[in-house]
Amino acid sequence: MQDKGQNRDFHHALAVDNDLCIGCTHCMTACPTQAIRVRNGKASIIVNRCVDCGECYKACPVSAITVEQDDLEMIFKFPVRVILIPSVLIGQFPKKIMTTSIYRALKDIGFTHVFEVENSVDMVLDATRQFMHEKKERPMISAYCPAIVRLIQVKYPSLIDNIIKVNPPIDMSANYYREKLKASGYPDDQIGLFYATPCAAKIAAVKSPVGEIKSAVTGVININFLYNRILNYLNRKYTETDPPETDDLLTSRGILWSLTRGEVAHSYGRSLAIDGIRNVNEFLDNLENEKLDNVDFLELRACDESCAGGILISGNRFLTVERLRNRAEEYKAREDDKVRKITESFFDINEFGFLGNIEPRPIARLDEDMSAALKKMERKRRLMCFLPGFDCAACGAPDCETLADDIVRGDAQISHCIFMQQQMVKQNLLSPAHAAKITGKIWGNERLEKNCNKIGAEDENI
Amino acid sequence: MQFRHKIAGGDFAKAGNAAISVKKVLSQLNINHTIAKKIVIALYEGEVNVVAHAWSGIVDVEIDENQIRILITDKGPGIEDIEQAMKEGYSTASPQVREMGFGAGLGLSNMRKNSDFMNITSIPGEGTVVELINNFRPDAG
Repeated sequence: MQDKGQNRDFHHALAVDNDLCIGCTHCMTACPTQAIRVRNGKASIIVNRCVDCGECYKACPVSAITVEQDDLEMIFKFPVRVILIPSVLIGQFPKKIMTTSIYRALKDIGFTHVFEVENSVDMVLDATRQFMHEKKERPMISAYCPAIVRLIQVKYPSLIDNIIKVNPPIDMSANYYREKLKASGYPDDQIGLFYATPCAAKIAAVKSPVGEIKSAVTGVININFLYNRILNYLNRKYTETDPPETDDLLTSRGILWSLTRGEVAHSYGRSLAIDGIRNVNEFLDNLENEKLDNVDFLELRACDESCAGGILISGNRFLTVERLRNRAEEYKAREDDKVRKITESFFDINEFGFLGNIEPRPIARLDEDMSAALKKMERKRRLMCFLPGFDCAACGAPDCETLADDIVRGDAQISHCIFMQQQMVKQNLLSPAHAAKITGKIWGNERLEKNCNKIGAEDENI
Repeated sequence: MQFRHKIAGGDFAKAGNAAISVKKVLSQLNINHTIAKKIVIALYEGEVNVVAHAWSGIVDVEIDENQIRILITDKGPGIEDIEQAMKEGYSTASPQVREMGFGAGLGLSNMRKNSDFMNITSIPGEGTVVELINNFRPDAG
């Protein structure tokens, strides 16, 4: 199932729990990069195609898609334990809960320092303006959303040069705070930086960074898990007497950064913001056509309502947006519009602010060799004349065209299509028993036996 | 390999569909994306020309190991003076078409810039045929 000659060490935060997976088609048809197939009655993820966007996680009716995360206990390996919290975490709580209470709860949970991710937004802005000034490609695309960076790597490799190679706030903040702690005397190996992540893509980005050798982030904590822990502590008396150490560089710009139009509000030139990975797909399809003139900056986010709609956020994303807008208004009342320049001697933005090379990882090609690819393409087009074309997904691929691609790549057979199977049985090219065996291989042998333990059936909740 | 696309005159919403499908084919064939991009831009401009000026058109695409050959054949007013039409900034597009952001008079020259070979034949009152050829290997022909 893997294209030859590609990096196979690609790390993913999303995985299928085979014990829970019921082998339906929801995740497979939701995937924007056709990265899922059903085999032996279970969904399986093709690692080279997956961009960790989490659409499968949202689509799964039985919560069988799991997100890798680090165990909270891991933080205690480090004497200095920093939690990097994105503003959307604060946005989970109603206004009556003070930010200081949340900080103190985080101290009780075990963190020694709290640093809000968006503290570094002015550094990001500064670096972005510098980068866009030096580069002539237009439109330039923000590297903010890790799922989008990966989407461009696999599906739109011709747009890689348009990516703004500036560290997004989480990496900028991790670098900044690590350097700051080092400058105040803590040894590097005693500092653990943990990110409360609203999405799977960021976990994958920390575990196998794109454009960086090693992430400054030590580990990732599921934001939903942390949210529940904080809620628990809010109802108790604090055991720790002092609040955690912190550093406040936050601005209204920063608070709104992770929301849709958060970046566009401060970009130069003609700028567009697009959220939702399907919308981004559609837009980038047109962009490769040069259908868009004179656009300077693109803010592209995989989730609807950007990070407020992150897959690990349990709260209502629209309420989260509202709360963050209110919080930003409070900050706005006491700040000026000037982007602050970082002047601390321990942090050189040229050293820590920029991303390195981003590799293309194209998934479309049918073969490395062009003439072989041409032959496969011709065969695929012939196959499409016979496949029914209504994308029922009963073959274990999301749609007819993907099945045809799989067939010519040697990863599937034409008899996987249940309609082709019928034809082949009718023409005595396939025995009914063999046909049943093929279907069993895709959907599992017990699949067609009576089973009342499914949604809508007699025992649906058991 | 060969395939074709219809173009409906006046339907700007669908201009570019042939270019999108050719782009998809080229990426599956593992064609260098700089080369693919030029092809797609040239074809897109050609489609817009048909939509803006002609009544209907057909795009014929022929791909072999060395090159892609695109033939855009339309039924339409034709081009009276091809040499003049090739000049940047020259356009006969209607005010309505210009209002939509097209008709800047760059179409044909953009097509020439983004192709290795371009040939136009036209019969005024009947239609125009534009032939575009792009080589897949920079060193070839």
